[in-house]
Amino acid sequence: MPLTDSLRDDILASVPSLRAFAISLSGNGDRADDLVQETLLRALANIDSFQPGSNLPAWLFTILRNLFRSDYRKRRREVEDADGNYAKTLKTQPAQSAHLEFEEFRVALDKLPQDQREALILVGASGFSYEDAAAICGCAVGTIKSRVNRARSKLSALLYVDGADDFGPDDTVRAVIGGSGG
Amino acid sequence: MKDVKSQASKVAAPGKPGRLNTEIQSRIGHQLRAMYDDVVRQGVPDRFAELIKKLDAPGPSGDPAKNDGRD
Repeated sequence: MPLTDSLRDDILASVPSLRAFAISLSGNGDRADDLVQETLLRALANIDSFQPGSNLPAWLFTILRNLFRSDYRKRRREVEDADGNYAKTLKTQPAQSAHLEFEEFRVALDKLPQDQREALILVGASGFSYEDAAAICGCAVGTIKSRVNRARSKLSALLYVDGADDFGPDDTVRAVIGGSGG
Repeated sequence: MKDVKSQASKVAAPGKPGRLNTEIQSRIGHQLRAMYDDVVRQGVPDRFAELIKKLDAPGPSGDPAKNDGRD
């Protein structure tokens, strides 16, 4: 459909949640805003392919998610390096309990496999139905449900169970918790 | 199954084996939404408002999508 005023307003109204999705996926504010910008440009360039009356946020999220995944493959090595530096930064930061808890959660979320992380965010934070999340990720509804369940179970192990060694090193999280006393 | 029980005992309030503890799940849900909503509350940065506004007006290039609004 053509870019009407109301469609443009609807796209603008989706920007805050697109940014939140992008930051949750990438863990990096600058990169997230670049993703959002690229998403908006793609959406506007392909606005003719948007079906009037269909779910605009889901359409925009699909574009952003696909951009992130193609970008992620390119930057994989760079991201791994950044993870190491990010962990070092955390250990040296002064502890503020709210900030600390937030960082701890952020670190745990980053440890999830990408499929599980995006499914959890779409359903648990963006508020999409399982059906919409499945359409955004291009997979079956049952697959989304299973990814969300695995994501929740892994997060609870990382954050709330001592000795979750099955889930790989979580020394960063422990170091942060351990350093908060006194 | 004793192994399952010993693992579950490490959780603050043990749930049934194979089922996620509801209290923990509600904390995870709360943290996830808090993190997300923190960004949502920041609204639309000027950068994006201007980008959309600029694209609205037909550009001289005839292909507005190419003007990405970066400085």
